Parts: sequence; C-alpha cells; structure tokens
Amino acid sequence: MANPHHDDTAPAMRDDAAAPARSETFQNPGLPPHVPRRADGDPKAAKRAEIQVVVLFTLSALASIAFVVAYFVIDPDLKGYLLGIGEINLFHLAIGVTMGVSLLGIGLGAIHWAKTLMPDEEVVEQRHPQVSGDDDREAVAQTLSHGWRSSQLNRRSALLGSAGGALGLFALPIVLPVIAGLGPRPQGLYTTNWAEGTLLRIDPSGAAIRAGDVTQGSVFHVMPDGWVGHEAVEEHGAEEAMIAKAKDQVILVRLDPSLIKSQKQREWGYEGIVAYSKVCTHVGCPVALYEQQTHHLLCPCHQSTFDMTDDCNVIFGPAKRALPQLPITVDGDGYIVAAGPFREPVGPSFWERERPGLMGVE
Amino acid sequence: MSSLAARRRSPLALLMLLFLGLTFTGTAYAALQTGAAPGTSAEGASQEQLGEGRQLFLANCASCHGANAEGNGEAGPSLYGVGAAAVDFQVATGRMPLPAPGVQAERNISQVHFSDEQIEALAVYVDSLAPGPDVPEEQWLDASQGDAANGGAVYRTNCAMCHNSSGTGGALTRGKYAPTLMGVDAQHIYEAMLTGPQSMPVFNDQNITPEEKRDVIAFLKSIEDGANDQGGHTLGSLGPAGDALFAWTIGILAFIGAAVWLGRKAA
Amino acid sequence: MTTHVPQGAGHLRTDETPPERPASQTDQSSPDAKFPGALVWADERVGAAKGLRFALKKVFPDHWSFLLGEIAMYSMIIALITGTFLTLWYVPSMGHVVYDGDYVPLKGVGMSEAYASTLDISFEVKGGLLIRQLHHWSALFFIVGIALHAARVFFTGAFRKPREINWLIGVVLSLLAIIEGFAGYSLPDDLLSGTGIRAMNGFMMSAPVIGTWMTFFVFGGEFPGEAIIPRLYIAHVLLIPAILVGLFVLHLALVVVHKHTQYPGPGRTNDNVVGFPIMPVYAAKAGGFFFVVFGITALVSALVQINGVWVYGPYDPTQVTAGSQPDFYMWFSDGALRLLPGWLEFTLFGTVWSFNIFLGSLVLLPLVWVVLGAYPFLEAWVTGDKREHHILQRPRNAPTRTAIGAAAISMYLVLALACVNDILAIKLGLSINDLTILFRTMFFVLPVLVFVVTKRLCLSLQRHDRERVLHGNETGRIVRTPEGRFFEAHEPLDEFERWALVDYDTPTPLGLTQGPDVDSRGVARRRGPLAGAQAAVSSFFYKDAVTAVTPAELAAAHHHGEHDALESPSIPQLGAPVNDSTGDDDFSEGHGSAVQAPTHHR
Repeated sequence: MANPHHDDTAPAMRDDAAAPARSETFQNPGLPPHVPRRADGDPKAAKRAEIQVVVLFTLSALASIAFVVAYFVIDPDLKGYLLGIGEINLFHLAIGVTMGVSLLGIGLGAIHWAKTLMPDEEVVEQRHPQVSGDDDREAVAQTLSHGWRSSQLNRRSALLGSAGGALGLFALPIVLPVIAGLGPRPQGLYTTNWAEGTLLRIDPSGAAIRAGDVTQGSVFHVMPDGWVGHEAVEEHGAEEAMIAKAKDQVILVRLDPSLIKSQKQREWGYEGIVAYSKVCTHVGCPVALYEQQTHHLLCPCHQSTFDMTDDCNVIFGPAKRALPQLPITVDGDGYIVAAGPFREPVGPSFWERERPGLMGVE
Repeated sequence: MSSLAARRRSPLALLMLLFLGLTFTGTAYAALQTGAAPGTSAEGASQEQLGEGRQLFLANCASCHGANAEGNGEAGPSLYGVGAAAVDFQVATGRMPLPAPGVQAERNISQVHFSDEQIEALAVYVDSLAPGPDVPEEQWLDASQGDAANGGAVYRTNCAMCHNSSGTGGALTRGKYAPTLMGVDAQHIYEAMLTGPQSMPVFNDQNITPEEKRDVIAFLKSIEDGANDQGGHTLGSLGPAGDALFAWTIGILAFIGAAVWLGRKAA
Repeated sequence: MTTHVPQGAGHLRTDETPPERPASQTDQSSPDAKFPGALVWADERVGAAKGLRFALKKVFPDHWSFLLGEIAMYSMIIALITGTFLTLWYVPSMGHVVYDGDYVPLKGVGMSEAYASTLDISFEVKGGLLIRQLHHWSALFFIVGIALHAARVFFTGAFRKPREINWLIGVVLSLLAIIEGFAGYSLPDDLLSGTGIRAMNGFMMSAPVIGTWMTFFVFGGEFPGEAIIPRLYIAHVLLIPAILVGLFVLHLALVVVHKHTQYPGPGRTNDNVVGFPIMPVYAAKAGGFFFVVFGITALVSALVQINGVWVYGPYDPTQVTAGSQPDFYMWFSDGALRLLPGWLEFTLFGTVWSFNIFLGSLVLLPLVWVVLGAYPFLEAWVTGDKREHHILQRPRNAPTRTAIGAAAISMYLVLALACVNDILAIKLGLSINDLTILFRTMFFVLPVLVFVVTKRLCLSLQRHDRERVLHGNETGRIVRTPEGRFFEAHEPLDEFERWALVDYDTPTPLGLTQGPDVDSRGVARRRGPLAGAQAAVSSFFYKDAVTAVTPAELAAAHHHGEHDALESPSIPQLGAPVNDSTGDDDFSEGHGSAVQAPTHHR
C-alpha cells in the first residue's frame, strides 16, 4: 500500500505554500447518486436495447457476406455515376461500403451494448504516489554501490577508462561503413549537359527549334540535344536521364528586345529570344509559370517570382538569386543552339556554391 | 469538334440541347457554344460577311481596341495579327466584349450575345485587317482521334504548372489565375493554345504540333469523362488541400461524434 | 485495500470484486470449473491470473476527449494492417518501365516501377484501390488524432508531474508520425510527391557546411538518383514503424502505470480514479470504438478519393502541377518556406547562408518539437509546482497556459495556411502576393492578439463560474420584491455541480511564496542566478488568476446577497476566518454530506 514515508497529506503539498489549507476550500461531496437507466428498471427497455444490439451485429454479418458476394460478382472495372459523388468505380464503392457497414455494425453494437446493458455504475480505483518507498530506494542504492564496488571499477581506473573507450568506439566499425557508403562525395553541382553548340530541343517531342518558331509570347520547355524523351533513357539509362532533367531544363521565350533591361541578357540571347534555367534557385521546383503579358515567371511551389525582362531577378517570394541564363545563338541551319554552358551552378543554393574549391572542384 | 455539335442541326439534337441546357446549364452549354466555324479566315470571305463583321466590331469592340483595331493604349491592345482564332476564343467564351475592367477577363458563357454567324463575321473581319491564326480545322478537334497518354505528357510539361494536373486551374501572380479547363469546348482549348490569351503563353504549331494539341484535348476530355474519378468524391481535385479540409471537418466530426456518443450516459 | 473513498452513494459501488462475480474466479490457487481451460493452461505456465486479476479491474474514466488518443491509436493500427497489404504489391524501385496497364491515359508513358506498381495496386489488384485509400485516410486521421490528443493533454495540464516522460514520448511519437507520413507520401513517386522530394532535397542542400554532403548521402548522389525511394521505403515500412510501435507500447504502459487522469468532479480526487473497469464495460467500449474508427475510415475511403496518383502522372523533374502541397502535417514547414523572404540568403566569406530556406525547414521542424518537449519542464519551473497531478485542469482554470497554447496554434495555423496560399487565392479570388504579405504580418500579430483574447476569455469564463457558484444558475424567473424591485431568481447549484467548478487551485506567483530566505533548518536558501527571471515569469503566469470560490465567500453571498463585496475576487482570501467542513451554520447546507475529507484514504 502507501509507502511508509508518506503521510496523509499528499507529499507534494509540502512544497507548495500557496496551496490553500483544506479548511478554506469546499469538501469533495463524493460521487453523486446513481441514476438508473431506462433499461435498468424496465425489462421492456432492456429487451429493446438487446434487439437493437442484435440488429447491429446482424447487419454487420450481412454486410460481410455482401462484401464477399460483391467481391466475386461485380466487375472490378465497372464504373458508374453516383449522385453527390460523381463518377466512381462501382466495385470499389460496393466493397468499401460493405466493409464499412460490417465494421460499424460491430463497433456500434458493442458500444450500445456496453452503454445500455452492461453495468453503468462507476467504480473507484485508488492511486498511489509514483515515488518508491525509502526502503526500496535504499535497497537499490545499496545494490548499485555494491555492484560498483564489486566490479572494482572504483579502484581500477585503467579498467574504467579502457572499457569506456572500447564502448565509445565499438560503434564506429558498424556505423562508419553505413554512413560513408550512403553516397558519393558531392559532385556535378557546377555542371550541366549544356555546352557550346548543343541544340535546344522541345521537351518531350524532341524537335529542334528555329529562331523563327519562337514567336513573341510563346514559351518553349527545352532540354539539351540527346537528353530528351525515351531515347535519352535508352541511351544514358533512367538515372542519368532523370538527373539531366533535374538540372538541364530550360525555358525559352522571345521578348520584345526593347523590354530587355540588361545588356548581358540581350547579348546572351538572340534577337530577343532568351533561355533561362527552369530550376528554381529556392528549392529546385520547375519555375514554369510564364505570364506572357507581364513576363513574370512564377514558381508554383513557393511563389518565387522572377522578372524575365530584368535578367530573371527575383521580384517576389522566398528565392534570393536570379535564374541563371543560358547563352544561346543560332547555328548554320538556323536552329537555336547553346552558345556555351551555364556560367554558374543551376538550382538551389548550397554552401560551397560560390567557392567550388571547398568541394574540390576547380 | 464534339459529336454533339455535329448533330446540332437535327431537331432531335435541338431537343437534346434544350434538355441538357436545362440540366447542366454551365458546362453543357459551354460544350455546345463553339462560335466560329472551323477553318474560319478572311480568305474566301464574302464582302457581305466582312461588312457585317465591321459593323459588329465598331459597335462592340472599337471603343477599346480602336476603330481600326489598332489598339488604344491601356484600354485595349491592337488586334492586328491576332487572327480569327483569337477573336473566336475571346468572343465565343464570353470574355469579350469585356463587361468591366478587372484583373483578367473571365470566361462567361451566359454573356455571349452573338450568334455563331456574327462571331464568324467578326473573326473574318479582324483577320482581314492583318491575318493571324485561323480557327482550327475540325480534324484537330476530334478527341477520339487523339492519344490521351501523349497528350498527358505534353500537358504536364506545358500546361499543368498553371492549370493543375487535373485541369481545374490554378493561381498566378497578383490575383490572376489560370482558369479551369473542365467543360471548355475543344475548339476553345485549341484556340487558347494557339493564340495565348491574356497571361497564357502562345503555343504555336512549331512548339506543340496540331496532332499534339489534339492529344492534349483528348487528355482533357478523358478527365472530363471521369478517367480521374475512380475512388469517390474528388473534393474539387485540390490535392492534399481538399483531403485536409475533409479530414479536419467531416472526418473529425464523425470521429468526435462517435466519441461523444460513446462517453454519454445512456438514457 | 481500504476504501474510504468519498462516496455520496457509496453503497452502490466498490473497487473490490463486483459481488456478482464469484470469488473463485480470481482465486488462482484453486481453479474450478468456471475458470476457462485456456486460462488455466496459460496460468500454469506464466501465472497469467496474477496479472489479469488486476489488469481486468483497471478503471478508465469516461470522457469523449479521452478517446482522441484512441482515434490516433486505432488509425495507426489500420494503417499498419493496410500498409502490410500494400507491401505485397508495391515495388520500391526507381527503375524505369513503360506503363502498359489498365489506365489508358498513361499507357506508353515512361515511369518508375514504384509509380507503375502503385497504379497496378489502384487498377489491377482487386480491392487495391480501397486499401490504398484506407491506408492514406487512416494515416491522415492518425495525425489528426495525434494533434487533437496532444491539444487535449496540453490544455488540460495532463502533462504535469508525473506524466512528463509520457508527454516526451508522445512528442517523439508525433514527430515520427509526420516523418512516417512524409515518407509514405513520397513512395508512389508521382509528380506531386516527387515535387515534395525535390523540395526536401532543396532544403537539405541549404544546410550550412554539411548541406551538400548530407544531401548526396541521403539521395545516394545527385538529385533524384535511384536511391531515395528504396531508402524512404525501408524507413517507412521498417525503421520508423518499429520505433513508432515500440514507443507507443511504452506510451500505453505508462498510462497504465500512472492510471488515467480525470476531470474534476464529485467523488474524484487526486488519489483515485473513477470510471469503468476494463471488464466488461471498457473492453466493449474501447473495442467497439476500434471498429467504429475502422468503419468510418472504410466508409470515407469508399466514398472520397484520396491521392489519386494517376491524376498527377509520373514524377519528372521538368514538370510540376499547380497546387503542389504536401499532406497537411507538413504544411507549416512548407508555408514557412513560402513566407520567408529572399533577402535572408546571403554570402559570407564565399559561403552561402540560406536562412530563407533552412530556417523554415531544418530549423523550424526540430524547433517545434523541442519547444513542445520542453514545455512541461518550463511550466514546472515557472510555477514551482512539484506535486503530482491526476485531476485535469479545465483549460479556463489555467488561463496563461491556455493562452500560450492558443497563440502557438494560431502561429502554426498561419504557417499552415500560408502553404495553401495558391489554393486560397484562386478559391477566394485574392492575390497570392497580398495573401503572402498578409500571412507574413499575421505570423507576428496574430499570436499576440490570440494570446490576449484567449486569456481574457478564460478569465471571464472563470468569473462566470464564480458567479454560478455564488449565485446559482439563472432561472429566467423574475421576482418582484415588496419594495417594487425586480430581480431574477437564481437556482443554487447542488454540491456535486458546484464541486466541479471549485476544484482547482491557483497558486500565487513564485516570488511571493518562496517565503523567508532560509529553509526550515535555518540554512540559507540557495537562489539560482535565474531566480529573478523565474519570479518574473511566474508572476506573468499567475498574476491575473481568478481563484475558486471559497466556502466563506459563498456564505457571504448567501448572507448578504451582496454582489459588491465579491465583485473583485481575484485576491486570494487566504486570511478569511473560515471554519472546517464540520459545519459552519452559515453555509453548511451546501456540503452537509461531505463527511469525509477527500484525501483521507487510509
């Protein structure tokens, strides 16, 4: 029962001078008198409750059987229109509803049973303070100190030190290969597949683009030659193709040259056609929403907004840096090609971005 | 072109039109409201048609776009080179004439006060001033000939970032928005890609070929026909936002309702 | 066990074996015919009856708010069951396949095996769609349940001593739950979840010093690589669930150790627990509730589509859909990423510090849980309260805590709603830019407003309680006095109703109660360096407290019918000469039956 060192007043009370003394508070009146339920006094009401429970359980059983029937009878591809929901797969609907009814029948039945027919008189259980008794504590303290002394760790400090060291280091051979094997050292963050002369190709069709195709107001979603569509997956494998998509994607538009604010932007473009990395400088979503009237580029993930007429500088939202521009020109056949690689890393910011040397990249 | 529109000349179809119009005023009406005939352009237009178009233009458009469609500064852009497709899109979807200046012109099918012939005349007239993209030919509008899967791929690269992967629209900057594509007629979808109305960029035939545009239409029509609707109410196709709203309202009310019932003493 | 429990109707109940149960049932030494054979078998091997004897009699108080945690628990079980089903078909691979399944709008599209197998579960496995939806809905309800349960525990003070450890376990559980949710949300490798992983990659990259290394290690190379889905998979189906279930068992075990808390009410003391025994009532109710939760989830899954991955298409880093949101439990972090302005990123000595990114993700995520975990200890430090608490506080009776909680929730909600700013913009016809600026402002303004309003609200509710105790309930009957004055007749509360309103205490601030600078043995109290701060915060915590009505006040109210003397009750009337419960005639009619002091249980 209660521990010997606890007296009647709850032990914690001693610490709190602010708790009002008992005489100044009301007394707990004890449990209120029990009010019987209808089913307690009236056999008819009890019978009614029983029937309700039986109905619920029976409903559940029927629904379970209906589930099995529906599972085998209904065509899994059957679709239909349900008022208030719209188009829906009827097989899915049938097995879902029967499953739901089967479960609800059991649940509601059991609770109704407990509420109406099982005893509803509340029961009192005593609590005891969590704290152990003094004798328990002393026994534990003794065992501990006895164990400490009999292990001789108190006297043999070399033992203690070496055991500590061994225990401290044993995890290394296990953890190190796991951690170190997780991935390669960072690489490739400064490069893309764009190089001088790389054709710009429309994603996903793969068509090359003539300068004349890029009419004012239009927007082309572009990938470098050799990295578009199924062919890229076949040639480079899916992993390389996906990494390329994540870094190389470019958005190509034609602006009225008079709108372009910076000389660099004009020079890196071709007759007002400019190409920018489509990877957001915030966390890397495709900045694909081009508003052709305002020439704003909006990222749908976090609403960073870039002004295409102002070298894709940020005009709103959480991104800090402008989108990197891809220099372009036109080759002998009149197709748009890259005039060179990106001059800065594309995509989200990272620690070593301005200092490739930190990553061992020159 | 949808099969409904093709059948429109038979009296039975008229009855059906009436019925559908009464039942689903918004979307069904939109599907039937196609505006100018396919292939409309100034070439081969009669003098009479051009005259009617000019009359309509002066009465309805000139106040903003100028008497010769040369544009009027802030009020309205020049219409040189926008083509019959742009006129048909803007007028037949009820965006133009603009009822009042706003962030952007809204689709408003109930506001179309022109007959198909009048829209065609208007389109022909504007196209005659300086030619632009024509109203698309019927073969490019037939969703049944399109490849919905390829259309989906083109759509996700070029359209989904604004219009949402389920075609229900999305927000742009400063109160502008990409409208829903559900219930929009194939011809208007095509014209919008071709002409790039308002904030929308242009997707000319070199960028997205007519076949690909038809694929996109096929993809959108497959969504309209319920391809996306499999497992129940789609909650407005809002993605996790709709799910969250449901979970925190109806879902949690159901659970708490059950809990309250469980905890209450029986009568 | 002695049973001097205050019982107004004590003859009706006992915590001993119910009389209708034969004594032999619990007598393990002489198994008779009524003791089930299976139990005899188990008992002879593990002594099952010893434990069951007490376990079956454990008492749980009945209140709907105690079931919020059960919603979470049962949803977790549903997610475990359905998740096991899904693993039979799901392929955790980013290997490339060309889809050739039943879903026409994706035929011939290149995609990962993970996405293709998710489509197959949805369209080819019979009933797979239902199980997927059950899994996702139950996962959402799991976290909704956790949030509501945590709020209940917080606002009723159930985290106080001795339950701090269980609060900490709960905090860790909630963090694990959302990580588990995020991992699961990522597995289908559809366009939406891939965008989520892209953002995760981006914010991991922003970490100072270790960002790129960490990212390359987690992704096994450059984004997206082919490692992240298999790794998230093993985390989702093994690592996190194992920890989750382990901690959850501990969470429940501690509930058993501590016994459940209860709301203040007649007969309920800090030394007892009043409710229904497991056998049979609570077993039927809790067991039934599992089926109810499962049933509701099944109906929802049958009728409401969730995460139709076919809508989004396969993940492709060049594509994105409007309305890209994570599931709601990650909104606050994604919302923070939307609100943090770009100028928070800068370059220092050639190194990039992206505060605009890592503040909202790598800092915010752990911070929220650290603050949650630390709260009970902070509050205990502020209140100096070292007592055990088993009676819950009604939220109004801890006004400052309730206000802090409400303010924190408002802050969280601002961030969460900022994550759906694009949806709000299009649904409400507003500008995304205006909304973002509004949310930025609200993040700072709203918590202050909510704090003040909530605290005032609590204090008014407390005063209202006082009014009810002192003057009874309004009856709506207007009485005219002989002098011609009108007043409304009030019905005095009965002692049971009254007790629920007065059973709380309001300690005065620490600075005022620490008493002399020497303790009882005459040794000077050591005052920590933070004692001043502690006193200040303590005063902030308690200064406006409205104390519970005392018998003296009630007596005064009855005697004089005077309002005025009692209109400013916030000063504790500790000095008032009040008699013990043995009965002062002035006010004895209220509690005449309270013959036993509530804590005399020995």
